[in-house]
Amino acid sequence: MRTGAKQTERGSGGKTASSDAVCVVRGLVKTYPAARARRGAPQGPAIRASDGIDLDVLRGEIFGLLGPNGAGKSTLVRQLTGLLKPEQGSVDLLGHDLVRHPDRASRLVGYLGQESTALDELTVALAAETTGRLRGLDARRARAERDAVLDELGLAPIAGRAIKKLSGGQRRLACVAAALVGERPMLVLDEPTTGMDPIARRAVWSAIDRRRAESGTTVLLVTHNVIEAETVLDRVAVMDNGRVIACDTPSGLKALVAGDVRVDLVWRDQPPLDVPEVAALQDAARAAGRRWTLRLAPEEARAVIAAVTGGPAFAALDDFTLTTPSLEDVYLALGGRTQGTDGLVKA
Amino acid sequence: MSAVSAEAVPARAAAEPGGDANAGADAGVREAAPLAARARLLPALAAVYRAQLSRARVARIPLLFVATFQSIGIMVMMRGVVDGGSEARAVVAGASVLVVAFVALNLLAQYFGQLRASGGLDHYATLPVPPAAVVLGAAGAYASFTVPGTIVTAVVGSMLFGLPMMHLWVLLAVIPLSGAALAGLGAALGLLAPRPELATLCGQLGMSAALLLGVLPPERMPAPVQFARDLLPSTYGVEALAHSFDTHTDWLAVGINLGVCAAVGVVSLAAATWAYRKAAVQ
Repeated sequence: MRTGAKQTERGSGGKTASSDAVCVVRGLVKTYPAARARRGAPQGPAIRASDGIDLDVLRGEIFGLLGPNGAGKSTLVRQLTGLLKPEQGSVDLLGHDLVRHPDRASRLVGYLGQESTALDELTVALAAETTGRLRGLDARRARAERDAVLDELGLAPIAGRAIKKLSGGQRRLACVAAALVGERPMLVLDEPTTGMDPIARRAVWSAIDRRRAESGTTVLLVTHNVIEAETVLDRVAVMDNGRVIACDTPSGLKALVAGDVRVDLVWRDQPPLDVPEVAALQDAARAAGRRWTLRLAPEEARAVIAAVTGGPAFAALDDFTLTTPSLEDVYLALGGRTQGTDGLVKA
Repeated sequence: MSAVSAEAVPARAAAEPGGDANAGADAGVREAAPLAARARLLPALAAVYRAQLSRARVARIPLLFVATFQSIGIMVMMRGVVDGGSEARAVVAGASVLVVAFVALNLLAQYFGQLRASGGLDHYATLPVPPAAVVLGAAGAYASFTVPGTIVTAVVGSMLFGLPMMHLWVLLAVIPLSGAALAGLGAALGLLAPRPELATLCGQLGMSAALLLGVLPPERMPAPVQFARDLLPSTYGVEALAHSFDTHTDWLAVGINLGVCAAVGVVSLAAATWAYRKAAVQ
């Protein structure tokens, strides 16, 4: 499976030369210095947050960066938006060398960071309008774009409220609105839909889709939401420990583990280990509280389901699910660091 | 403020042609995409100013009351100690400029310290806006916000100590000029402090210095303290205002003191702009 992953990675590398790539990253390295030693604690190692990253983002696609916390997603994004200078490697964005001219990123990219502190005390409308003005729009355009974006995202009814006073999801939506004012050929969005309800999420994705259809906008998206990654992304790079461990379409990645299905068993209380079929599964299962997760070949999975739903084990069973593999399974199969725990957030 | 914007505009214009000429050169085989326009200095400054003023209205009104009552309280206390004359003028002028120091120096240092620590500077750093616009817009908004408190303090003080109010219009020059000097200092402290707590501490210390060295009559101070008083930018605002209370106002002294304020303002705002660039891009 590892080999498969590497091939996929290389496969996308081959596409690089394609003239359709709007963002070409080669050999990017960024190291954070070690935390200073304190009395009684030795100096920690330096952290290689980007460890030789190669990446190609094609025009008009929604490209995702998926990985657990600390995988190096935000560090990579900060280097693509001119906020952080890499030690080695190159970043070419729409024909501009961002390592030499980091200031150009602001004229090519609409960026949504994780923090909203700069906008928190403004009203929703003023945050969008001010951001538009600072993106170089004149007063009339900024007001017109503000109104259009607020309508598009359904924020018009709360346009006059301070962002700080909104719920988490609404606050995030207001920041998305600010990021979308003032057209840019590329959008870099760091976890744009965190905390949003399904209606707000849909509004965000349709707003992004519209920009993609009308102006060919390219989107680079950081997420650790697997479900969202599977539904909205054209291609995804899975990151771990500062490296891209796989890069393909979501279905291409899932094909790597297509042979397996996932069985989740939730017990009412304790697993009935006195049932021989259940006892036999104990070693293969990842247990988290009352939940057991198993990755099995389809016929094995059928046998397990038959065993736990038919015999005496059924009395102890609260719930079970049988699913085709998700990107989370891909991540675990590729040897992601969080193996053994619950992996990526799935919600 | 116009002095600084005039200084910043040529710098931006000089950067522009060089930048765009290179754009074509390193595009290599592919055509480089056109860059979106930058925000120009004055419109960007106006946008930041307006946004900052709106947030100040929501978040800072209670603090402005605190600043004004603090100054009025100090004047009431000093009334028992000071008996008219030059000392009274120094107390009223010092207490009025203290309102400016509280908001422009202390609160702005805290604001930029927190903005930097929380990653909020990224928002501005990823927009094509001249650094001077962000710093001057925020500094200008904080300085404007001190206007009502300073005027109230000066009027109440003049009544308390029986000073002539004829030349209080000098405040119209004192507030923006000492505001520029102190806000620039506050912004630079906030942006350079490695931790937000240090920014807060520096802002508080700066305000305490403005309080002790500005409000107390200088005649009674020992020489080293007088020297420290001369180093503090707010002193020159205090002196200019104090001179305006004289029966025969020495307009040359007022002008010189305001000139010093203006010069310190230009330097400290330039330093704050430099600090912003340093803090925004690592």
